[in-house]
Amino acid sequence: MYNNIVDIQNLKIYFQIRQGFVEEVIKREKKIVKAVDNIDLSIKKGEILSLVGESGSGKTTTGRAILQLAKKTDGKILFDGDEINRKDKKYMHTFRERAQMIFQDPYQSLNPKFMVIDIVAEPLQLMKIKISQEEKIKKVIKALEFAGLKPGKDYLYRYPHELSGGQRQRVSIATCFIVSPDFIVADEPVSMLDASVRADILKLFVSMKEQKDTSFLFITHDLALAWLISDRIAIMYLGKIMEMGSADLIAGSCLHPYSQALTSVLAVVGDKRKKKRIVLEGETPSPMNIPKGCRFHTRCPICQKKCKQSEPELKEISSGHFVACHFPQKIN
Amino acid sequence: MKNGNILEVKNLKTYFKIKQGIVKAVDDVSFELKKGESIGLVGESGCGKTTTALSIIRLLSDNGYIESGKIIFDDVNLAAMTEDEILNYRWNDISMIFQGAMNALNPVMRVSDQIIEAIQLHESISREEARKRVTELFELVKINPNLMDSYPHEFSGGMRQRAIIAMALACNPALIIGDEPTTALDVMVQAQIIDLINDLRKKLKMSMIMITHDLSIITETCDKIAVMYAGKIAEIGNVDDIVFNYQHPYTEKLIKAFPNIYGERQMVESIPGTPPNLLNPPKGCRFADRCHKKIGEICDNVDPSLVSIDGSNHMVACHLKEGLRNV
Repeated sequence: MYNNIVDIQNLKIYFQIRQGFVEEVIKREKKIVKAVDNIDLSIKKGEILSLVGESGSGKTTTGRAILQLAKKTDGKILFDGDEINRKDKKYMHTFRERAQMIFQDPYQSLNPKFMVIDIVAEPLQLMKIKISQEEKIKKVIKALEFAGLKPGKDYLYRYPHELSGGQRQRVSIATCFIVSPDFIVADEPVSMLDASVRADILKLFVSMKEQKDTSFLFITHDLALAWLISDRIAIMYLGKIMEMGSADLIAGSCLHPYSQALTSVLAVVGDKRKKKRIVLEGETPSPMNIPKGCRFHTRCPICQKKCKQSEPELKEISSGHFVACHFPQKIN
Repeated sequence: MKNGNILEVKNLKTYFKIKQGIVKAVDDVSFELKKGESIGLVGESGCGKTTTALSIIRLLSDNGYIESGKIIFDDVNLAAMTEDEILNYRWNDISMIFQGAMNALNPVMRVSDQIIEAIQLHESISREEARKRVTELFELVKINPNLMDSYPHEFSGGMRQRAIIAMALACNPALIIGDEPTTALDVMVQAQIIDLINDLRKKLKMSMIMITHDLSIITETCDKIAVMYAGKIAEIGNVDDIVFNYQHPYTEKLIKAFPNIYGERQMVESIPGTPPNLLNPPKGCRFADRCHKKIGEICDNVDPSLVSIDGSNHMVACHLKEGLRNV
């Protein structure tokens, strides 16, 4: 059996920017945004991998590309050992059943005119799974109760506007769960929710992983949340992976200056062990013109001459710990 | 004021009239703020923290009104003022950094013009002088002054937030209210803005009220914390008192909802249930339904009052503490 549910090899996703007609004709050059710039990534079966980065780092684009919601420019994406073939309708049908997505904003991702039962049962209909009405209701209730909406019966005939943000996100999770997918891309699933309800949603992911061996790509900007639930974390900056390793390793002893800056500014309440903050100057450069050399060198606190000239590759410096930096070291 | 306080909020009650009845969004809130001090209001969404701030600066929506209570700023009661009178205070003495820098700026006006407009509305100075002030303000919030004639869409999220802060500082206010000033920003930008706010507070000796649902931001910027729940203050005190010596079960839950990356990796706790409906608040403690330390009927029937712990300014509204004190 193949060990990895998803394998990404040399994935590149570029977007062309539309310009004025005149500019395009005269300059003859096209502006290109390199959203994802040559990344390799694999997600094992039954693993939660977190993709952490600031906005514009390409984390969502990567997730969407795996689910064939964004078109790749180059590279390979393997799902369960096979390359995803968009043209094979039958293959895509089963692929869609096995790979699902949970979106960020539960206020926009649910159809306001559908009742909960219709929302949750829609995937069954789309997958052309023929079942009787009673079975359908049973399945929906089971999915809702798994997602923590108990008793599920009470929620069947409600509309999304009657639910709170947390409850809506649970409905999205039930929708995802009903087809028992092998792989889920969760795109910032808790960023719109109050801190007090976040924990329960995260626990659902962990229990799904434990009970059903579901694999997750958890996309988030919050390193602390990623650390809580994932097995491994990959940190992205401007379309490239900067550092990857087990969750504890990244949180505790990361070596890339960017990851160290990110962990140092993390929200901590009630612990005096907090490290000295490393606040990076300036802002992330535009992905339209990525700096030469190491793409992080413009903001790096320990930048040296070599960093401006050549781009470091993602190297394995100890077992399972990958860093893309010429001078990986602890700062201060 | 004589006692060194710049602001005293006394038994503030702010209600909203809606079709179904009266929403008691802020119900008997009192706190004071010394000159140069900063206080953080924290709580879940809908607990009345923004309403408290909007009552102070008197920017409530049409159906909202101050039912009773006093807001004493510099020996005058802002709560009793007419709209015309408050105009002299708003922005001159008390200004606000609004939530969501993306939407707080006018998209079809140059940033400089928007700030000049704010200055000229409150002070009778020429356009040139106002422009000079904007240059200074931009330097203060660390944006290149050459960019002051840009439109908001040409700014990044962090720069827009800086511009909003510049606008709030335009008339040298003594008190500034920050309503979730760092929400919706990236972590690194968030850290930059927090540093900027801390810097400015030191430099300009401003007092500040910081509203946020993120306790960690408050611990980094404020001297005092007021934990609000369902329109009331549940616990109030110095940052260290609240964070390391919390007394209210709600504060405890709120702190434990934060993952601690330096500690052991364990799942954070959530708070079961939802806050009560403020149209019809429960008669006892408002947190009773969700409380894990409920002691009995007293919690359901009697509303606990804020009591001081060992006579300090650390106060908590919980029967658990009141009971102990009476024994």
